Amino acid sequence: MSGVFIAGLGAVSPAGWTVASLRSALAIGLPLPAVDLPRPGWARRPLSVRQVPPPEQRPAFVTHPRLRRTSPVAHHTLSAALEALGVDAALISSGALTLGIIYCTMNGCVNYSRRFYDEVLKDPRTASPLLFPETVFNSPASHLGSLLGATAVNYTLVGDAGVFLQGLALAAEWLTDGRVGGCLVVGAEETDWLLADALRLFDRQAVAAAGAGAIYLRTGPERGAAVRLSAVTNPHLFRAGIPRRHAAQLAREEIAFNPPPALLCDGLQGSERSDRDEREVWADWTGIRISPKRILGEGFTAAAAWQCVAAADMLGREPFSAATVSVVGCHAQAIAGQFIKTNPTES
Amino acid sequence: MAGQPSDIVVLFPVSKSAHPHRVVVTGAGILTALGAGWQPNAQGFRAGRVAMRPVSLFPVDRQRIGLAGEADLPPLPSTRLGARQMKRMDRAATMLLFAAHEAWIQSGWGPSDDLPLVLGTTSGGMMLGETYYRQAIQTPDLRRGQAERVHNYLAQRQGLNLADAFGFSGPMTIIANACASGANAIGHAFELLRRGGARRVLTGGYDALSQVVFGGFDSLQALSPTRCRPFDVRRDGLALGEGAAVLALETLDSARRRDALILGEIVGYGAANDTHHLTQPHPQGEAAVTSMSAACTCAGLSPEKIDYLNAHGTGTPLNDSAEAAAINKWAGTHAARLPVSSTKSSIGHLLGAAGAVETVVCLMALQGQWLPPTSTLETPDPACGFPLVQTPADAALEYALTNSFGFGGANASLILRRHP
Repeated sequence: MSGVFIAGLGAVSPAGWTVASLRSALAIGLPLPAVDLPRPGWARRPLSVRQVPPPEQRPAFVTHPRLRRTSPVAHHTLSAALEALGVDAALISSGALTLGIIYCTMNGCVNYSRRFYDEVLKDPRTASPLLFPETVFNSPASHLGSLLGATAVNYTLVGDAGVFLQGLALAAEWLTDGRVGGCLVVGAEETDWLLADALRLFDRQAVAAAGAGAIYLRTGPERGAAVRLSAVTNPHLFRAGIPRRHAAQLAREEIAFNPPPALLCDGLQGSERSDRDEREVWADWTGIRISPKRILGEGFTAAAAWQCVAAADMLGREPFSAATVSVVGCHAQAIAGQFIKTNPTES
Repeated sequence: MAGQPSDIVVLFPVSKSAHPHRVVVTGAGILTALGAGWQPNAQGFRAGRVAMRPVSLFPVDRQRIGLAGEADLPPLPSTRLGARQMKRMDRAATMLLFAAHEAWIQSGWGPSDDLPLVLGTTSGGMMLGETYYRQAIQTPDLRRGQAERVHNYLAQRQGLNLADAFGFSGPMTIIANACASGANAIGHAFELLRRGGARRVLTGGYDALSQVVFGGFDSLQALSPTRCRPFDVRRDGLALGEGAAVLALETLDSARRRDALILGEIVGYGAANDTHHLTQPHPQGEAAVTSMSAACTCAGLSPEKIDYLNAHGTGTPLNDSAEAAAINKWAGTHAARLPVSSTKSSIGHLLGAAGAVETVVCLMALQGQWLPPTSTLETPDPACGFPLVQTPADAALEYALTNSFGFGGANASLILRRHP
């Protein structure tokens, strides 16, 4: 049996800098504490966010010459990616592994973008040339490629949360075409008062969160890999005549029904406004359900990545036969994906 | 495994055709500082007209540079979009809609539930983001209009506008690979069609001038204080521009079945990642060699078959020397006979739109059998082992290659073929 298998998982989240910390937070099941970010000129009500806690140890990658001045979103990307790659990270620069990179984000490096634009407004003659390159959407993917010595195809995809699943589908295409030997898909975001301020305009209950999730895919089960990416639905756009709920319904109808014991990893976050459509569409789900965003917050593409990482991680460790991930984006599309557990002896 | 669900045919996994499909262009739309639409742009590029002018969109009095390829926006075309939707569109969305409309009308396509959209951009609706930020810090209590700005700032909204405008739906992919975004978008669309993942794809790139990006390039001292002169020995920087280009791509079979007008064929695409530096290319252009070679391999061509090369050619000392080295190495002895130009001399660097616009320039050149000149070129850099097109010229062209290189190391090359 050929297929696209999960060869590694990585996560950086408000729970910490590893998949283990994500797993632990989800097992406890309590929303992680949020912190207040001051909003300049607006003392009435601070903006709540869930940030990534400081790492227990300074990541080794920050000593790389390219990475000394990089942004939080780049650090999240790199840490999650390296965790997912594991020992295979060492194979890339030697040419033993042709690695494709697909980096997904919605907001990019909002910290440095805000800071740089603020400098331009104050005096463009002194705006920092160190900040500007980091504001470009693909800078984290570029840093990752440089750190790994990855010279093969490297795409940055921009979109709402669903773009992470599109990234998985694209990675699967590259792998099955033989274009790359492995492919890393990362979804990453960072928090900032500007982002939290914008989110609040749409949903007062939502709590913006930072972090990243990474999935390393390869063809053929290796090293005992037992979780396969079996399907990603079409992304269903929110557009005239197709409201968000309808798009979510279409995505659900495209994903195969799995007999129990199956797992649903949804995108509910505990907000009436943001959750309504997805909750209604999946109301009749009778199997086990987990909702990582309830614990971690609205992490946009990172949140979709956490969902996928959590689903694949649980599938590998617990007696589920399949896991479905539902992502109903905040702005553009609904999409779903599915992972199945495979007996390695079938390969 | 008992009870295991079978795979379902959706975005992944997809069925693949046994043989690659040929991919043709059946519609093209373009808007640059040279004008709105194919005709004024073809005339401008053929003549090498330079369309730089003082920036009027935001204050530049404290910048080192005040010129750019600022475009005039035409009235919005009539589409399915309502007046309210059109009113909310920013400059980038407007340019994208105009180019898409021209391509759409030319293609003769109708509404569809299965039309992928692949776009490249670096900054989406950045000007709306700037307005949002200014209001947020200057009048923090004033929320009016802010939600709408956020909504329309995001690049996916500009893609959704196209879906609403022309009545189509399908997977939407937005590639943000810096200045290679437009070329990567077209390349991705090409690959989708080639392997049988779609019958038609609407694709292209767009970017509008914005204060933050203009300030960014100025902070890097990448903007020319004199005149953008790609491959000139005295080149001293790039000029920014803005615009959009959109292509209606489909398989040759699909185009023939409906007897569509074919503007040209895309035959090759290559992409590579330059790990040298965030903003500087490898001095020998190693990734550029890889992307040009990969495009040739994809097309089944040797470099000797390429009749014209539209260079990335930004006019910065580092880009042009690296690209020249790459072309010399990739083309080998053919370099001495390969006409090369950079049309950024006419319209500036359009960032996420550049690759798409320059693809359309190649289509124009292949159709009209002419070479677009780098008309600002005065003294060619002797490092260029290839003839630089300095003045308008006719030529017999069968294949053209266009390069796009971006911040972060994204390198992309596309090869186009004249359609008889």
